[in-house]
Parts: sequence; structure tokens; C-alpha cells
Amino acid sequence: MPCGLFFSRYEKDDAIFQTTWLKVWMALLFVFLLTFPLYADQANGLLGLNLTNMMNLIFIYIVGAHGLNLLTGYTGQISLGHGAFMGVGAYTAGILANLGWPFYLALPAAGLMAAAVGMVFGLPSLRLRGLYLAIATMAAQFILDYAMRNWEGLTGGSAGLIVPSADLQGLGIDFTFDSDRSFYYLALVFAVLATLYLKNLTRTRTGRAFVAVRDRYLAAEVIGVNLFKYRIMSFGISSFMVGIAGGLWAFYITIISDEHFTMWLSVQYLAMIIVGGLGHVLGGIFGAIFFVVLPELLRLPAEALTDIYPSIFGIFASLREMVFGLIVILFLVFEPDGLAARWHTVRAYWKLWPFSY
Amino acid sequence: MEQFVQLIVTGLVIGSVYALVAMGFALIYKSTSILNFAQGEFVLVGAYVCLWFYSGLGLPIVLAFLLTMCFSVLMGVVLERLILRPMIGEPIISVIMITIALATVIKSLVTIIWGTQIMVFDPPIFSQKALHFGFVRVSEVYLWTIGFAFLFLGVFAAFFKFTRVGISMRAVANNQVVAQSMGISVKKVFAISWSIGALVSAVGGILVGNINGINSALAGFGLKVFPAVILGGLESIGGAIIGGLTIGVLENIMGSYLDVYLGGGVKEISPFIVLIIILMVKPYGLFGIKEIERV
Repeated sequence: MPCGLFFSRYEKDDAIFQTTWLKVWMALLFVFLLTFPLYADQANGLLGLNLTNMMNLIFIYIVGAHGLNLLTGYTGQISLGHGAFMGVGAYTAGILANLGWPFYLALPAAGLMAAAVGMVFGLPSLRLRGLYLAIATMAAQFILDYAMRNWEGLTGGSAGLIVPSADLQGLGIDFTFDSDRSFYYLALVFAVLATLYLKNLTRTRTGRAFVAVRDRYLAAEVIGVNLFKYRIMSFGISSFMVGIAGGLWAFYITIISDEHFTMWLSVQYLAMIIVGGLGHVLGGIFGAIFFVVLPELLRLPAEALTDIYPSIFGIFASLREMVFGLIVILFLVFEPDGLAARWHTVRAYWKLWPFSY
Repeated sequence: MEQFVQLIVTGLVIGSVYALVAMGFALIYKSTSILNFAQGEFVLVGAYVCLWFYSGLGLPIVLAFLLTMCFSVLMGVVLERLILRPMIGEPIISVIMITIALATVIKSLVTIIWGTQIMVFDPPIFSQKALHFGFVRVSEVYLWTIGFAFLFLGVFAAFFKFTRVGISMRAVANNQVVAQSMGISVKKVFAISWSIGALVSAVGGILVGNINGINSALAGFGLKVFPAVILGGLESIGGAIIGGLTIGVLENIMGSYLDVYLGGGVKEISPFIVLIIILMVKPYGLFGIKEIERV
């Protein structure tokens, strides 16, 4: 029995699914995801949660988190503005949908708009690194946030913007993604596409250039990687993905207001990829799951405690933020590589168990 | 014209508090290379703790102030030891994220303890009586604020320049390895930097709390510090002071003249527009050290 992966050809090393077992597991996972809404209802009754709704949110956040992971995890550029870029996507999709665009055109347009905005605010990345870039994108977050709140003619201001549900009327099919269950499949498609895209990108010339820019940007420039091009490109692709996530969010929630796309969302995105694992495809997935499930898990004990301490609901929002902050701190201090690294260690341990040396 | 001068004067008052907080921020960055996103939360905690000692426990203001200073120093030391020291040598993203997470925790703790209602120093420490200088009208509390802010700025400037600890801090900021080999404890300097950073922020919080009252929005001060330090240059303490004053005046002027066209709240974001422009034009600010890259 082999106790590790030994590739004899480069194609094998490069493959997306490297082993047969991986393919089998992936196929099983895929079948599970496809049939999930069928047994979600029974599970909902048991757990007192709305699992389909949670899965939809997870899928949307996966698309966005992959976007940020591409920028921060793979290219090493920090962005504190992704919450606002998601907002740009959401508002673009919402406004276009209100103008009568079908969702399959409004969604890419949302991505492109977010990409354009992201690239403009990514421009300083050529001259600035690390700390300065974080500050620049933070400023972008505040400026965009302000525009979303105060440009009432366009965004509806703090009253919000109502978005019609996504439908396929334009294609001659009478179908509307207006329930949790139908939207589940739409979101699943985008989450899978985003994941495959990120996984694939890391195997290409562009992906390797991104990693080179992250690891040793001077050396990368010396061997002919155009720093400006790849940094801006990374900002573009990343904002495109987060814009798509924003568009999906708009079509799912169907009412968008500026309150959702604040600094707090940007911080949450960063927390997702840090807790999940920077520079791992799995990172965005684990992170999104973690931060959608966590508030629900906190809600259950809080509800149970309301009988004893009725005031707990008043401070629940603050309590949730505190737990969130503590978790990020604990992860950074004790597990800086995130859940993805932990996953790999656990898997390696069981693979070799009981002879782990 | 009268309005313009009035705006400059009130801008300078708020700017002096920005300068104070920005000095703490620049100090922490200079000696530990950590960008402290929790600076605004230090302001918040300082203000609330002082308020609690003063209005809650009814202590005299001098005592409440001194106790708040002790608390801030202690908080700075503890946070540095527990949370920030493990971050030495970690990538920038982790360091940035940990201070953001710290800010989240502190802010939510403050909200849990003191709620979100606006609170005021009761009875007021300084009188609100207006004084007239020619056509400029300044309330007394503003004069106290700017006076105290400059007092603290002066004290700490002298501290860095003349005292032994101050000189060792400058040495560490200049070169950690050399400083260490000269027998300076870098760890101690880090702890001192954090406690001074927390202390001056607390002073800023108390001063502003006197003017506007205290609620969690006060943490926004920590964010306004970024434009100030970027304008002055991240590594420069003098630059942070000049930057703070400039941003205070600028936001006041832009806020009152542009609000009509852009509809409310320009004051809140104008510092960030300035920040973006500075980063595009002169990224290392007025007195920052331009990074020279060698292959």
C-alpha cells in the first residue's frame, strides 16, 4: 500500500483531482449537494434552523471569499474594500434588473462593474505595498459606502432598493428563482464555478505569476513578470468574483440597502479567508461555512438563556461580534494557516494511522 | 470670511485631538511596525473609564483622570503581551487582522458594559461658556481641549527627546537589532509604546467626550487618524501632529462648504478622499521615509 502520493508524470501532478479516491469523494459530495434540499426539510425540523437558507448564504459567500482569497491569499494584496465592491455588484445587478435586464445579463454586468471599480481603487497597488494598500482600500470602502448611502437617485439611499427575483422569462422558460430551494441550485452553480475557476487558475501561467508576485515580487519582476499587469488583473478578477457574489445576494435577498456593505462585511470576508486558510482553495469554503454557521450556533444557546437572563437578546449583536473577534484572534495566534491547514494535517494523520512516522 | 475663520478655529480644536491620537498611532507604528486599527477603541475605552470613575463613582476629576491613565497603561501592556507579541514576524495581513479583531472585541465589550446611549460628563468638567475674540466665538471647553492636547503633545515630544526611555524608544525605532545589542530591552520598549499609545488616546477620548458626549461612535476617531498619519508620513511623529491638525481643519471646511452639493456627511468621508489623493500623489507623506528597494 502506498503511504503517500508519488507522481511519475507532470500531468498527474497538475491534475485537479489527483487520485481516484478524491474523484469518488468529490462525486459523492456533488450528489449530496444536488439532493440536499430534499432532506433539508427533515433536518430543519430537528435542528430548528433553515438549512437551505444557510447553504444559499454559504454559496454566495464562497464566491466572494474565493475572490478575496485570490487577491490576498494568492497575490498577497490586502483589501479592506471588498465589502463595498460586493455592494457595487449588488447595486449594479439590482438597478439593471429594475431596468428590465434578465438576471443572466445583469449578473455578469454586476461583476464587470465591480471589477472596474476594484481596478480603479487597486491602482495605488503599483506604488504601495502591504500597509499602505490596506489603508487605501479602507478609504475606498468608506467612500463607496458613502456613495451608496447618499446617492439616493441611484441607490435609493437608506430606504433600500427592491430587486425582482431572478427568472428565466427571457429564455422563454417560465421559471423564477424565488424560493430558498430554487435559488439553492442557482447559487450552487456559481459556487462550483468559482471554486473550479480558482483551482484551475492556480495551475496556469497567470496563477503562477500571482504566486510569484506574492512571494518575491522583486524576483518576479526580474524574471519578467509584469507586476503592474498582474496586480491590477488580480484586483480585477477578485472584484469581479465579489461583484458576482453581490449580484447573487441582491437576487436572493431582493431588497438591498447600504447597511449590509459596510466595513464590517470587508472585515468578515478577511476573517473568512484567514480562518479558512489563506492561499488554499479550501480556505474560502471552510471560512464561508464557518462564518455562516457560527451566528446560528450562537443564537441557539442565546435563545435558551433568554428565560434566565431576559436581557441577553439586547446585547446579542455585541456578543456575536465579540465572539467573532475572539475567534479571529485565537486563530491568528494559534492556527495562522487556518482550517484548511488543519484539515490537511488531520487527513494526513488518519491516512497513516496508526503508523504516523 | 468670518465663517471661514470660525471653521478653522473649531477645526484646529478637533485637529489637536486627532494630532494627539495620531501621535500615539505613529509611535506604535514607529517602534513596533504594527498598524493599530484599534486606536479608536483605545479612545473609546479611555473616555468611558474616565466617565465611570467621574460620574459613576463620583471621584474628583483629577483622581478620575489619573486612574484612567493608569488603566490605559495597564491595558496597553496587557494587550501587547498577550496578543501583539505573538504577532512579531507574522505576515502583514495577520498583524492588520489581529488589530481589527481586537478593535471588534473591545468595541463590543464596551457596548455590552455601557450600552449605546450617548453619555455625558455630569457635572461638566469645563464650562461651555462662549468667549469672544474679535468676531471669533470659542467656547471655553474648546480652549481647554486644545490647551490640554498641546500640553500632552509637548510633554511627550520632550519625553522622546530628552529622557532615557525616550531615547531608547527612538533607538529601537531606528534599528531593533542594534538597539538590542546596545542593551536596550526591545520588549520593554514595545510595551511602553503600546501603553503610551493607549494613554494619549484615552486623553483624546476624555477631551472629546467633554465636547460631544460619549458613545461608541467615538471609535471613529481611530479611523480619522489614518488620513492624518498618511499625510504626515507613517514614521514621523511630528508629521502625525501636523497631519492631525490639517485633517481637522480640512474636514471642517470641506464638510461645511460641500454638504450643500453632496448631501450631508461630507465631513465624515472628506479625510478619506484626501487620503486617497495623498496616496496617489505623494505616498510617503510629508515626512515619511521613502522606501528604497534593493535587489
